[in-house]
Amino acid sequence: MEDARGAVEAAARASYGRLVAYLSVRSRDVAIAEDALSEAFAAALRTWPRSGVPDRPEAWLLTTARRILGHGERSRRVQQGAAPMIELAYEEAMARAAPEFPDERLKLMFVCSHSEIEPASRTPLMLQTVLGLDAARIAAAFLTSPSAMSQRLVRAKARIREAGLAFKTPGADVLAERCGDVLSAIYAAYGTGWDAIAGGDEGARGLAAEALYLARLTAGLMPDQPEAKGLLALILYCEARQTARRNERSAFVPLAEQDARLWSRDLIIEAEGLLVTASRAGAFGRFQTEAAIQSVHVQRAITGVVNTRALMQLYDYLASAHPSLGALVSRAVVYADSAGPEVALSMLENLPSQRIACYQPYWVARSHLLRKLGRVQEARSALVMAIGLTEDPAVRAFLIERQP
Amino acid sequence: MQYMIMFNEDQTHFDMRNDPVQAPGYWGAWNAYIGAMAHAGVIVNGDGLHGPHTAVTVRMRDGHRQVQDGPFADTKEQLGGYFVIEVADLDAALEWAARSPSASYGSVEVRPVLPPPSGGAA
Repeated sequence: MEDARGAVEAAARASYGRLVAYLSVRSRDVAIAEDALSEAFAAALRTWPRSGVPDRPEAWLLTTARRILGHGERSRRVQQGAAPMIELAYEEAMARAAPEFPDERLKLMFVCSHSEIEPASRTPLMLQTVLGLDAARIAAAFLTSPSAMSQRLVRAKARIREAGLAFKTPGADVLAERCGDVLSAIYAAYGTGWDAIAGGDEGARGLAAEALYLARLTAGLMPDQPEAKGLLALILYCEARQTARRNERSAFVPLAEQDARLWSRDLIIEAEGLLVTASRAGAFGRFQTEAAIQSVHVQRAITGVVNTRALMQLYDYLASAHPSLGALVSRAVVYADSAGPEVALSMLENLPSQRIACYQPYWVARSHLLRKLGRVQEARSALVMAIGLTEDPAVRAFLIERQP
Repeated sequence: MQYMIMFNEDQTHFDMRNDPVQAPGYWGAWNAYIGAMAHAGVIVNGDGLHGPHTAVTVRMRDGHRQVQDGPFADTKEQLGGYFVIEVADLDAALEWAARSPSASYGSVEVRPVLPPPSGGAA
């Protein structure tokens, strides 16, 4: 009995996304595929304890889900004759004969990040369909109400159906661009933290393990896309510093003060390898650049210094090609070292006031530069603003301690 | 849209308000938070409240007044303050709620404010 339940859970963990993807590609309807699969899981929980765990649990689940899907299809298309049933019987026979069913998760990820889907829904949709995360968990990561998140997911799935989005890998002409949409959606799952300013320690707030899984999956499924490797490297660099981000009293430690000996050597080596392989393709992009910035930071473990010149070049590229607010703020801070705090401050002040008003990293950077310029009072007000905008209690405590 | 954000704290944190060692950190965090909301221009109104031991609860039952010292419900966390904020949507209100100091040590409840009744003289 417990074995059967364990087998169902193991199958759900290992194969959920593959099963949803396979069923979605065939039904062209994610919601229906998910429903059929959850019915199949329920059936497994009912029958496996009695009949024993099948030799190939995934194949059993797939066949059952397809029967459920087929049943729904039949009741909708009674007039269309026997064709769908014959087709189903044929595919079932094929599924039994084939040792493995194909991995269609990449097609599913392309649909989830399609331009027809509203940007805010893309990452949640991917997390739910590929990883089986429930709406409440996704809502918490994105700081939105669980009921609103559920509605957003339902709407997104309806959009896939209504727009008739094709579940296929894009052609070579648009592949790089569409791949960028998939990667951006994964990166959003990794979360955006204030310490992007210190070089991207975003993991704590997002769904780090889930994002890492998706990045690995994508890099594996698209071995020819250097940006996929770039994203995986970027996440690995950030994860490598995870244990160094807090000291023994759980207090926040900024990147510049982290003990480099605590960084994970294995993850860094893996990331460096990926970045080198990616660069051979000669197609530089946003994620390779951000990973390269991380690479410069971890070099400190070996050289003891941070190569500011390299950072400036990398941020210049981001500022022109992918000017995110985080990149622009970080760029100003990096420029302070060589061009001086005055120049850096004017770079900050050129950012649109609407966008920076509630952007915590901006206020941290501003306070930092004003203090360098000896404008103590203004530096203090900027720091208070940063404290007030901070969500992480460890970071808040750190900033309060740093108050002049 | 207007939302009321209500900050709940436990007794440990109410006690920090007057603790010579812990008070500066406690008030530093709250003042910064409220300052940031003011700077962003989202505050409609709001205040901090004295601790639950100062509360008095009144009920009318069968024509009799019942007056009792203490808050209406004796729960571990009690209301410590509130703000009504004007923001675009619930997500923006949740973002402000998450930034409050009590989000990390207590809880914050967010509720939409009912619009005033339309038509008819009050």
